[in-house]
Amino acid sequence: MTQTAKDRLAGVPLPSGLEAFSGVTAHAPHLASREEKHGRKLTKSLEDAIRASGLKNGMTISFHHSFREGDKIINTVVAKLAEMGFRDLTLAPSSLLSCNAPLIEHIRSGVIRRIYTSGMRGKLADAISHGLMAEPINVHSHGGRVHLMDRGELVIDVAFLSVSTADPFGNANAVTGKSRCGSLGYAMVDADRAKTVILLAEEIVAYPNAPASIRQDQVDFVVPVEQIGDPSKISVGAARATTNPRELLIARLAADAMEHAGYFEDGFSMQTGTGGSATATARFLEQKMRRKGIRAGFALGGITGSIVDLHEKGLVGRILDTQSFDSVAAQSLAKNAEHLEISTNFYANLTAKAASVDRVDMVILSALEIDLDFNVNVITGSDGVMRGASGGHSDTAAGAGLAIVVGPLIRSRIPTVVERCTTVVTPGETVGVLVTDHGIAVNPNRPDVAERLKAAGLPVTTIEDLHRRATMLTGVPQPIEFLDRVVGLIRYRDGSVIDAVRQVKG
Amino acid sequence: MKIVREALAGTLESSDLMVRIAPKDGGLDIVLESEVIHQFGAQIEAVVRETLDRLGIDEGLVVVEDKGALDCVVRARIQTAVSRAVDEWTADWRALA
Amino acid sequence: MSNRLRRSMLFLPGSNAAMLSTAYVFKPDSIMFDLEDAVSLREKDAARLLVFHALRLPVWEGIETVVRINPLSTPFGMADLEAVVRAGVEVVRLPKTDTADDVRALEAEVERIERDCGREVGSTKLMAAIESAAGVVNALAIATSSKRLIGIALAGFDYVMDMQTERGDGTELFYARCAVLHAARYAKIDAFDVVFGDINDEEGFLKEVDLIKRLGFNGKSLINPRQIELLHNAFAPTEEEVDYARRVVAAAEAGERQGLGVVSLNGKMIDAPVIDHARVVLRRAEASGVRK
Repeated sequence: MTQTAKDRLAGVPLPSGLEAFSGVTAHAPHLASREEKHGRKLTKSLEDAIRASGLKNGMTISFHHSFREGDKIINTVVAKLAEMGFRDLTLAPSSLLSCNAPLIEHIRSGVIRRIYTSGMRGKLADAISHGLMAEPINVHSHGGRVHLMDRGELVIDVAFLSVSTADPFGNANAVTGKSRCGSLGYAMVDADRAKTVILLAEEIVAYPNAPASIRQDQVDFVVPVEQIGDPSKISVGAARATTNPRELLIARLAADAMEHAGYFEDGFSMQTGTGGSATATARFLEQKMRRKGIRAGFALGGITGSIVDLHEKGLVGRILDTQSFDSVAAQSLAKNAEHLEISTNFYANLTAKAASVDRVDMVILSALEIDLDFNVNVITGSDGVMRGASGGHSDTAAGAGLAIVVGPLIRSRIPTVVERCTTVVTPGETVGVLVTDHGIAVNPNRPDVAERLKAAGLPVTTIEDLHRRATMLTGVPQPIEFLDRVVGLIRYRDGSVIDAVRQVKG
Repeated sequence: MKIVREALAGTLESSDLMVRIAPKDGGLDIVLESEVIHQFGAQIEAVVRETLDRLGIDEGLVVVEDKGALDCVVRARIQTAVSRAVDEWTADWRALA
Repeated sequence: MSNRLRRSMLFLPGSNAAMLSTAYVFKPDSIMFDLEDAVSLREKDAARLLVFHALRLPVWEGIETVVRINPLSTPFGMADLEAVVRAGVEVVRLPKTDTADDVRALEAEVERIERDCGREVGSTKLMAAIESAAGVVNALAIATSSKRLIGIALAGFDYVMDMQTERGDGTELFYARCAVLHAARYAKIDAFDVVFGDINDEEGFLKEVDLIKRLGFNGKSLINPRQIELLHNAFAPTEEEVDYARRVVAAAEAGERQGLGVVSLNGKMIDAPVIDHARVVLRRAEASGVRK
């Protein structure tokens, strides 16, 4: 008869809590069959995966929003959870957009009780601004979201992460397969930290899938799905070369400011963001870099085709990509060895062991409003309704050598430069320069930059002067009427509350 | 001056406005729709009333659909609509200024 | 010759509400509100009122305001003129100028309106656009027809039609450019070149700018704000040109202080026109730096 561990251990007093070995499969039943061993994570349906995940009422679920307006997962999964009868969930996607309007009914019916997000747009944002939710939503930055996880406030019970390809073990990416969004920078954080990770994969490929943006040692379940998103809707038109004269004027001034602010030396680094002006800024920078005979060491952040273009021309060394904003960026991530995928923890988290935003020299940022103290609002419109996202705004402003906010002085009749921001997202002390079509204002806390821009002959004025000009054109806006009830808390990247959004009247 | 026929002026492009004027007895009826109504509704209405007043228009239906136009554009569009809606128009540049 | 730089004259359709009140941010030397060809017949009244109000905004400092009115022979021309002179326009641009009498007729009306509205007589300047064979042949008479004239402009589209040809590489404008330019220089007023229609053809635009700059034109009419920076840069002097101009002007000033009739630099005599040109170079450099 075969000797067992029990036999061998006869007379050995086992310390309390230890047991005798009782067979290879005793604690690993899936090793019993090859089919089980290879396929145990593969789940037939979303419903099976949800059941298997152990999700309960009141728990927290998460998603990434890398497909932005093209996302096909968030609404679908929440609808399924509603159908399965879940209630009181905390929804914690990296962000929400206009396409998430169907969530309104699930908030009304009590499926979703609380929300953490970087932003909101469209009907959902409108409804929440008008008091849809009993509890205020928490609006965080990209880095701030990870920090809220670090401090234990945001604990993801089940993460639903969409990927274009995954192998049966859960090695996954979004640069191969059909619907490719490129970087999985947001999802990488959830894969790392959520208690249970469910991958929603458009295509199951042979083991081992590479690159593994999300790794097998992070994933619990893999569910095949029809389609995860529409990449063409990630950023409609972001890669186009703008022909709008006003955007071009702002872009040219922004590039001039970048050239002369004191950081434009060989090996400098930048983040240019998206939109017509940002794309054009990159083009103007190309001429300036060539003229001076310098190249950028790296470009960071949300990446567009215009940055890829500079990279492929040898003018930008490495690209650190946390969100690919167009198909050119997504393709580049797949093919260019120096185009690197980074998580939002790596990108911007204050409590990460290192965040790239601390290494970037200059960042170009947008604004819905900027006030006389250079505080920036990227969340609420001037009518008080939420319609934007915190994104990496406050993270990069805090980390970068110089944060440059760009935008038109007025949008139709709405002034961008205001006396007091409706909502403060990024504190003014971290904003160095404002570039508008009517001139440039430099934060008084950056006299060095003001000096250099003036010496270069740029149209530098004060923010008070820009405010006067805006008011002269538009008139003085009437204050928005708010109720006392708070509908949103704006969380700074260190977790503190920097402002509150109140319910708009009417 | 008196509004004797229906007239239109302006466009629905951003930073512009569309004005429709029609005859109506017994006072001014101003209907204002604006993208910026919360911030500038009162100011737009004041400009509309002042512009009409200076042209001596005290009766009529004026429907304004505003797309964030500046005051100078509001004035120009109201004046154009009135000039097209009255019987005989002679520009009094002082009243228009 | 006036001291004013008139390199860029930006055309703006008078009917475009969004652009009119904020176009000054593009900082052209002159901005030309168009009431004529860019405005359809049924929007003439609307455009006139938009431009009337736009001109009255306190935002045009440093930019010369110009309005192209409809010809006085049309039902719109006189009303246009009434509106813009009263609104304080700096320059009225007369289209389709064929003879000196066209300018004189305009001048008489302008003076009447100035008196009527209390504007200083003579403060409204004029510009004549030459758009036909007749205008080109009469260019000298037109250029010398009024003290109010600050310049004449060649308008290419109508001109080439009149000449039974079409816009091409510039050969078709060769005589007209030379004639208009000579008339302007004889009358000591400015000369403006035609618009360049393809806003996406930067290379072609710059080639044409280089040509007209070397011919001696003061500037060019532009149809898109994107062309302004390109044009200003093309007109900007090089570093060497600025250096030389600085030394010429310094020598001239030194000569003046010493009461010398003759100015010399590095042992070479410099004439008055050289000094004048040096001053123009420095003004251009001041306006948009050195060429990039």
